[in-house]
Amino acid sequence: MSFLEIDNLEKSFGTTRILKGVTLGIEEGGFLVLVGPSGCGKSTLLNTIAGLEQITSGEIRIAGKRVNELHPSKRDIAMVFQSYALYPNMTVSENIGFGMEIRGIAKPERDKAIAEVAQLLQIGHLLDRKPSQLSGGQRQRVAMGRALVRKPQVFLFDEPLSNLDAKLRIDMRTEIKRLHQRMKTTIVYVTHDQIEAMTLATKIAVLKDGVLQQFGTPAEIYNNPVNMFVADFMGSPAMNLVPATIGQSGSEATVELARAGAAPVSLALNGASDALSAYRGKEVVFGIRPEALTDPDGADRNAKHLVTTDCHIEVVEPAGSDTFAVTNLGGKGVVARLRADARIKPGATAPLTFNLTKAVFFDPATQERIA
Amino acid sequence: MSAPSQDVATRNGVFVRALIYALLIVFAVYYLLPLYVMVVNSLKPLDEIRQGNMLALPQQWTIAPWLSAWSTAQIGVSPTGLKPYFLNSVLMVVPAVAISTVLGALNGYVLTKWRFKGDNIVFGMMLLACFIPFQIVLIPSARILGLLGLAGSVPGLILIHAIYGLGFTTLFFRNYYEAFPTELVRAAQIDGASFFQIFRRILLPSSGPIIVVTVIWQFTNIWNDFLFGSSFSSVDSIPITVALNNLVNSSTGVKEYNVHFAGAILAALPTLIVYIVSGRYFVRGLMAGAVKG
Repeated sequence: MSFLEIDNLEKSFGTTRILKGVTLGIEEGGFLVLVGPSGCGKSTLLNTIAGLEQITSGEIRIAGKRVNELHPSKRDIAMVFQSYALYPNMTVSENIGFGMEIRGIAKPERDKAIAEVAQLLQIGHLLDRKPSQLSGGQRQRVAMGRALVRKPQVFLFDEPLSNLDAKLRIDMRTEIKRLHQRMKTTIVYVTHDQIEAMTLATKIAVLKDGVLQQFGTPAEIYNNPVNMFVADFMGSPAMNLVPATIGQSGSEATVELARAGAAPVSLALNGASDALSAYRGKEVVFGIRPEALTDPDGADRNAKHLVTTDCHIEVVEPAGSDTFAVTNLGGKGVVARLRADARIKPGATAPLTFNLTKAVFFDPATQERIA
Repeated sequence: MSAPSQDVATRNGVFVRALIYALLIVFAVYYLLPLYVMVVNSLKPLDEIRQGNMLALPQQWTIAPWLSAWSTAQIGVSPTGLKPYFLNSVLMVVPAVAISTVLGALNGYVLTKWRFKGDNIVFGMMLLACFIPFQIVLIPSARILGLLGLAGSVPGLILIHAIYGLGFTTLFFRNYYEAFPTELVRAAQIDGASFFQIFRRILLPSSGPIIVVTVIWQFTNIWNDFLFGSSFSSVDSIPITVALNNLVNSSTGVKEYNVHFAGAILAALPTLIVYIVSGRYFVRGLMAGAVKG
């Protein structure tokens, strides 16, 4: 049984359904990331866990206890808000101690708890300042301090890094992960940034239009997306999704990718699954991540099934650590990720290796995964 | 090449600036003239005023008219001066301003941070209250004050002014709190603060500018009110505006213009002082809701 369970959760504002039967759970000490494009309902889901929004139906349980009817302050949770929500009229230490003050905890005990948290987050020298005198990163730390001092059962983070500049965001990301490893507290974290989701999570829930698309470990979500939305949303650069047909060469099933001004590329599938065989002669969507489409020397030597074929390179984008090359397959630009020093020129033809063990196939009509 | 043209621009700039200042000074003098006339004439003996030169400084300075206006002048039938009525006004204004400001702040808090179904309709109706002319509510108010047993008393006036001011104070606070981040309220909820704790500890400390605006607005309006004062007061609850009218219209003996001037200034003094003390917050507060950050 999971520590935090969300069971068939529905949330409507008037007649608009925001969350449509979301069910998921996270084990104690886990790090659950809710990710999705804006308006997918992820922040609403977090607010219902916090108790800041009433739910329409379903159940939320923390440590086996139903919390639907509990006031936010009674749920044993703490939340870090996107805007940090520091009380502007209070100093940093008053901000951190406010919750304890309300609960009537004595001043010496409060001061001790504040000092502990301040040391943990290295904000001891800021305790007497007002929030307006702090930088963005410092405010972020204070907001986390206010949450930490409660020692809650579940931490809720609502896009906590989105107001920071790019470099600070990466630093704070590492810091949150380090903090989680040390505290071992269950965390629910909302973000629209799929890289944040991948790096932080032990479990990811991908949402779209209030419907849970996929729930699994980062590796599952990345390598085995259940539909085209998840495949496209997770990963940067995004997965190549190319219209293709399943053909046959001898007894072998193949995937045919159309090319402008040349014969289609035909890749032998080395034994297709039953599900895919049913699509023989039909249209499918062929999905391959840029890192599974490389120069022959850069290909994964342990991969079971590699196919190399010549492709016309349209654009080359050196990115320092890698070189990205764009070729045209199935009428779409397809990004390949090559070694940084790969010899490749735009406008020329170069061999590219497809790692077909990593390839996935979707039904173009339903957008669902076939194989 | 650019130096001479810049020189011309500067010279033109000085000329335009001088013109603007001259105009501003003319207007300032024009607007201050009535106050000047009132002040100088309130410090003259009556004889000097009769000589006809209203603008001249007093030849013989005296504060006798002020003392008379304050404590001995004939108001209606009794020679009490404005003092008791000034006190009536203070007793009426302070509670009325306090009540309408506190209730307006609470209304604004509920209408923005504890939204309920139909909250905008409630707010719209309160807003409408700002536009109801005084005259329309005179008779119903008199009836209600009678039923409550508050007719002709200071508490009755307080009630009327507090209720009538509520529309404005709610409007002020609602618009101010609308821009107040809701996440702060949510954070305080998670911290376990109650409805009133959130109001007192989180919202009120950040409400300085709008409180100043509301207090100035309410103070000025209630202090200066004449219609309610004359309609709902009896002999011992008359506010100063009505008393001033009685002072000026007392028809016994000669018209003591110097006393009238002094009385008028006395009646206007509190609103002037409130504005001078907190006027700069007034403009700042009015702007605060308009521009974010």
